Amino acid sequence: MSAVSPSVVVGPIVAMPPPETPWQRLRREFLANKLAVLGLVLLLLAIAAAVFAPWISPQNPYDIGKLDILDSKLPPGSKSADGAITYWLGTDGQARDLLSAIFYGLRTSLLVGGISVAAALAIGSVVGLAAAYFRGWIDALLMRIVDIQLSFPSILVALILLAIMGKGVDKVIIALIIVQWAYFARAARAAALVERGKEYVEAAQCMALGWRRILARHMLPNCMPPLIVIATIDVAHAIALESTLSFLGVGVPVTEPSLGMLIANGFEFMLSGHYWISFFPGIALALAIVGINLVGDHLRDILNPRNAQ
Amino acid sequence: MLAFIIRRLLQALLVMAVMSALVFVGLFVVGDPVSMMASAEATELDREAIRANFGLDKPLWQQYLIFMSHALRLDFGNSFLAGAPAMGLILERMPATMELAIVAMMLSLLVGVPLGIWAGLKPQAISTRSIMTGSVLGFSLPNFWVGLMLIMVFAVQLGWLPASGRGATVKVAGIDLSVFTLDGWSRLILPACTIALAKTALIIRVTRAATREALPMDYIKFARAKGLTWSRILRVHLLKNILIPIVTVGGLEFGQVVAFAVVTETIFAWPGMGKLLLDSIITLDRPVAVAYQILIVFFLVMLNLAVDILYSVLDPRVRLQGAQA
Amino acid sequence: MTTSAPVLEVEGLQTHFFMHAGVVKAVDGVDLCVRAGQIIGLVGESGSGKTITGFSVIGLVDAPGRIVGGHIRFLGEELVGASEERLRQLRGKEIAMIFQDPMMTLNPVLRVDTQMVEAIHAHEKVSAAAARARAVEALAMVGIPSPEERMLAYPHQLSGGMRQRVAIAIALLNRPKLIIADEPTTALDVTIQAQILYEVQRLCRETGTALVWITHDLAVVSGLADHIAVMYAGRIVESGPAADVISAPSHPYTRGLIDSIPTRTTHGALLRQIPGMTPSLSQLPQGCAFRPRCSFATDICMKVPETDAFAADRTVRCWRAGSTEIAAWNS
Repeated sequence: MSAVSPSVVVGPIVAMPPPETPWQRLRREFLANKLAVLGLVLLLLAIAAAVFAPWISPQNPYDIGKLDILDSKLPPGSKSADGAITYWLGTDGQARDLLSAIFYGLRTSLLVGGISVAAALAIGSVVGLAAAYFRGWIDALLMRIVDIQLSFPSILVALILLAIMGKGVDKVIIALIIVQWAYFARAARAAALVERGKEYVEAAQCMALGWRRILARHMLPNCMPPLIVIATIDVAHAIALESTLSFLGVGVPVTEPSLGMLIANGFEFMLSGHYWISFFPGIALALAIVGINLVGDHLRDILNPRNAQ
Repeated sequence: MLAFIIRRLLQALLVMAVMSALVFVGLFVVGDPVSMMASAEATELDREAIRANFGLDKPLWQQYLIFMSHALRLDFGNSFLAGAPAMGLILERMPATMELAIVAMMLSLLVGVPLGIWAGLKPQAISTRSIMTGSVLGFSLPNFWVGLMLIMVFAVQLGWLPASGRGATVKVAGIDLSVFTLDGWSRLILPACTIALAKTALIIRVTRAATREALPMDYIKFARAKGLTWSRILRVHLLKNILIPIVTVGGLEFGQVVAFAVVTETIFAWPGMGKLLLDSIITLDRPVAVAYQILIVFFLVMLNLAVDILYSVLDPRVRLQGAQA
Repeated sequence: MTTSAPVLEVEGLQTHFFMHAGVVKAVDGVDLCVRAGQIIGLVGESGSGKTITGFSVIGLVDAPGRIVGGHIRFLGEELVGASEERLRQLRGKEIAMIFQDPMMTLNPVLRVDTQMVEAIHAHEKVSAAAARARAVEALAMVGIPSPEERMLAYPHQLSGGMRQRVAIAIALLNRPKLIIADEPTTALDVTIQAQILYEVQRLCRETGTALVWITHDLAVVSGLADHIAVMYAGRIVESGPAADVISAPSHPYTRGLIDSIPTRTTHGALLRQIPGMTPSLSQLPQGCAFRPRCSFATDICMKVPETDAFAADRTVRCWRAGSTEIAAWNS
C-alpha cells in the first residue's frame, strides 16, 4: 500500500494577523489588570506631585521666614493666622503646611529612591554580567563579595555607613547604593548565566566580537526584564529604607525633610491627639510605595516566563 | 547526617573567622583604633592604657590575635556612656528583642501559612484576590508607620492597649520573659503585630507560590486516586512539601526581623538591643556598636546553619545522599 | 466467561476542556465495556485522549475540563454526576489507578510505608499493625524482595521499576474491582516492562480484577489484553478481541499502526508510516478526524462516522470499513 496524498484540503485558508511584539503584549496584559493600572496611576500621581511641587504647593515649607509660629499644630482645614492660606491637611510642629511639606517630601523620597536604584542597577548589572561572562576566578571573587554584602541586613549596613559619613541627602543616596548593588549583581548574574548558555552568545563569540560588545549589545538587552522588575520593587524598598532611616534620625537632614522625617517629627504629637502630623505624610508614603509595588508585582507576573502561555 | 552537620559547622566557623577579620581590618587598619575605642573625653592616660591593652604598637598579626582573644572572651571594651562592658549590656537586652522577634514570627506563620494555602488552592476566588492585594499592602506599608497607626488606633483612640514599654516578666531558666504574664502580652501585642504584618504578607506569598507549584504534581493526583480525603492530602502531602521553602524564607526573614527590630523598639520604647544599637550609633559609643556587629554576624551565621539543618530534616532527598539503585 | 454484569460500562463519554483559546474535545464519544477478570487495552497516540478517558472514569478530571456527556457505570452505579464524596469512597477502594511516571507519583518527602498505610486507612478502620502487614503482603505479591526493609525507604531510594511495583501494590491493597493503568511501563526498561506485564496479568487472572491498560504501544497490549480498543482524536475508532483486531483490522488507522511496527519481516525495507500528524484536539477536522491522513477517504467521510457493531464483539467507526479496498488489504 503506497502513501497517497490526502484528497481533501482541510478548511479554508485564513490570513493570520501579524504577531504582536513583546512590548505590545506587555502593554496589553498590564493594562488588562485593574490593580496594575491603579498602581500605575498612584505612581504617576506621586511623580507628578513631586515634579510640580514648587508650583502646586500653597506654601514653600523650607522658607523659614514665611512660617508663623502661631500657625503650628493646626488641624486640617484651618486657615492661617493672616487668612491667606488654607491648611488643607493641617500644620506640623514648625507651622509648616503639611500638604506642601508632603509634596516636597515626596520629591526628596522619590529622588533618593530613584537615583540610588538607578545607580545600584547600573553597578550591579555590570558586576553580575561580568561575573557570568568571564566565570572562573573572577566570578568566584565577585560573588563572594556579593554574598558577604548580602549576609548583612540592609538596615545595619546603612546605619553604620551613615554613622561614619554623617547626615545629608547625598550620603543617604550613597548608603542606599551600597546596600542595594549586591542584590542587582546577583540577579544580573543569574539572568546572564541563562543567556550565556544560549546560542546567540556562542555565535557572537564565533564572530570574534569583543566581550564588551557582546555584553552590552547582546546579553544585556535580554537580561533586562527580570532586572526591571527587581528595580521597580527595589525603588519601593529604597524609599521605605530611606524613610526608616530618616525616622530614626540618621537620614536626611531636618532642613530638607523627606516623608520619613515628617512622620518622625509628628511622632511626639501623636499621644496628644495631633494625629495628622504623622498620619498624612504616612498615607502619602504608603500610597507611593503601594503604587510602585503593585506595578512591579504585576510586571513580574507578566514577565515571568512560566506564566507565558 | 552527622557528617552534614559537622561540615556545615566548619563552614560557619570559617565565615565567622572571615567576618571577624573584616571587622578587625575596619577597626584597626582603616580607622584609628585609639580614637575608635576611646571616648571624646578620654585623657591621654586612658589612651595609653588602650594602646597597651590592645598592643597597638605591635605588628599587625599580633594585634589581630590580641583582638581575637579579647573577642572570644567577649571583651569589647566598656561602653562610653554606661561604663559597663559593652557585650554585657547587649546580652542583657537580648532576651527582650528575641522575645519580640519570636512572637512576631510565630504570629506571621500561624496566620500566613493557612492563608497562603487557601490562596494557592483557590486562585480565582474573590477572597484570594483580597488576600493577595492585602499582602501587597502588607509589605508596602512602612514598618514604622504601621506601628504609629496601631498606637494611634489602639492606644490613643480606643485606649485598649498601652503604647510603650515591656510588660511584667517572669524568670525562666535565668532569663526574664514577659510572654508568661497577661500584662506582658498586652504590651507585646502591638509591637509584635507591627513586625508581623509585613512578614505575614511575605509568608502568604511564599506559601501560595509553593502551593501552586505543588498542587499540579503527580503525587497529589495519585493521593486523590488513592481516595484520601482533602484534609489528609493538605495536612500531610502538601504541607510537608511546602514547608521546605517556607522554612527557608522564614528563617532568613527571622534574621531580618531581629536586625530591623531597631525601628519597632524605637517606636514602642521596647528595651531591646536594637534600641541600644541606635543610641550607640548616634552617640558614637563604638564599643557597643562593634560588639553588636559581631554578635549579629554570629547570630546570622548560626541562623543560616539552623535553617540548613532544618532543610535537610524536612527533605529526605538532601539528607540521604547515597541512593541505592 | 460468565455473562455477569460488566464491571465498567462507558457509553458515549464526552470530556471537554474549556480553555481561553477554545474548547478542546479531549474525549468525544467513547464506549467501553469491561467484565470481571478482563484486560482491555486502550491504544492511542499521545493526544488521542486515552489518559483523559482514564481520569474521567476515576473522576479526576479537573477544571478547566469536565465531563459534558455520556455515562460511566461501575457495577451498575452511575458515576457521572456522582458526589465528590462518593467518588472518593470508590477511588482507591473499588477503582484504582496506576500512573505513568513512577518518579513523581510517590511523594518524595514521605516514606513508602506511610504512603501505603494511608491508602488502607482512608477506607477502613484497621490497626496500624494490620495495615502494615497488608502492605508488606502487597509488596511481596508484586515481587519486591525484602519488603519490610523497602517499606522504610523513601521513594528516591528505589529504582524506577521498584517504584512502579510499589504503585501497583498500592493499587492492589484494597482489592479493587477495577484497575486503570495509564502507561505504567512506558518509563521503564524493556526487561522490567516484561516482568511487570507478567505480574499484572497473573494478578488479574488470580483475583478477578478488571484492568484497563492504557498505552500507545500496540505490541505491548497484543500479548497482554483480551480486548483492544483503538482511540484516535478523542473517539474509539475500532474495538474487538485482541487477536482479531491485530490480525484483521477494519480501520485504516489501526492498519497503519500495525504496519508501522518494525518486525523481522520488514527488516531492511523502508518503515511504513501514516502520513500527516494527529490533529490538535481544539481544531478537529470536519467529519471523521482521520480523514486528512486516510488514503481511502471520500466525500462521505465529511460526516462523523458512527460506531458500527459489524460482528460479534467488534465495532468500528468508519464509513469505508466494509468497502472493497479495505477488504483487499487483509488478503
